[in-house]
Amino acid sequence: MSSLAAAPATDLLAVLQARFPAAVARPSGDHPAFNLPMAEVPAALRLFRDEHGYDLLIDVTAVDWDVEATPRFSVVWHLLSSTAHGYVRLVADCASDTEPTAPSVVSLWAGANWHERETFDLMGIRFTDHPDLRRILMWDGYPFHPLRKDFPLAGIETPLPDLEVAELTKVSVLPAPMMGGPFVASTGEMNLTDAEPRAKDESWNERNAKPAVL
Amino acid sequence: MVTPNSELAYNTKIEGDIVVTRVDAVINWLRSSSVWPMPMGLACCAIELMATASSRFDIARFGAEVFRFSPRQADCMIVAGTVTYKMAPHLRRIYDQMAEPKWVIAMGACASSGGMYRSYSTLQGVDRIVPVDVYISGCPPRPEALLDALIKLQDKMTRNGGTAKQLLSA
Repeated sequence: MSSLAAAPATDLLAVLQARFPAAVARPSGDHPAFNLPMAEVPAALRLFRDEHGYDLLIDVTAVDWDVEATPRFSVVWHLLSSTAHGYVRLVADCASDTEPTAPSVVSLWAGANWHERETFDLMGIRFTDHPDLRRILMWDGYPFHPLRKDFPLAGIETPLPDLEVAELTKVSVLPAPMMGGPFVASTGEMNLTDAEPRAKDESWNERNAKPAVL
Repeated sequence: MVTPNSELAYNTKIEGDIVVTRVDAVINWLRSSSVWPMPMGLACCAIELMATASSRFDIARFGAEVFRFSPRQADCMIVAGTVTYKMAPHLRRIYDQMAEPKWVIAMGACASSGGMYRSYSTLQGVDRIVPVDVYISGCPPRPEALLDALIKLQDKMTRNGGTAKQLLSA
């Protein structure tokens, strides 16, 4: 148990708190995890990278706790030490619940570029000082951030990205509700026709409009 | 010896180098015998599509081995995979660039209906933006299923009535 990765979370916490007194340990089922004020995150990541061997940025993502929750958004960074083979997790809450922002770490890891673009695309976190903060999965001009809690999995009706094709085909992005699931097979059914997988609850699909109360 | 000849066969001794047929039948036969596919490979179905073109299954046996990555040189778009809303307009533009006559095969569950991707990002069936001639079930379909779809499409081509008239009025 001599490696950095195997070091108990409290040791890293002491290291972190020596530089950032506001850092606290975060309940974690796996790796050492810490909560930090948003403004101190780049410096803390640099500390882990330059002085403790956490040289690889695994993930930049975010959590939407709830539509009503305050703080609503937390941004999560995962680091890996490629020599000691251990992870560490940093979490910081976004100050604003409506216009969440976080500092970009592209200057520390070039690979953060696409992670941050994806987090911006799907969760709507704006990374300040990002060199090229465009959507990466959805198309430019898409009006929503699909992984937010207030966005239904089925989607929201939107025009197609290409207005010319939209006009030609009269097609728009339509919600695809998954009421009851599309592939639910009946169990214990000997008749294969009746046992075919099908949605058990069809109160909202292409044929039936969305009910007022779900 | 005089025999009642009930066969509508071609007899070289009598007819020489002349074949009598209908122009529609000839054009349909030409079209169905040399389908030039446009491989719209968007997901794992494209792997089966490649297998279909390879020697083991050999789509060349059906005259459709000339895969063209330019829509202007192809007449059958094989949509093999999940069509996202982001991709859908590009797919439609590629279809529009194909010369008439043209056909579309929706290969697999995703292209036919959105498949298991029932979400905000996936077009629920490519027939929403292009007319589809043959659908193939399966996730992904085996190469035999794609060959079966090709045979069905060829059957559809040869059954096309008024081909010459359509050509003249086009």
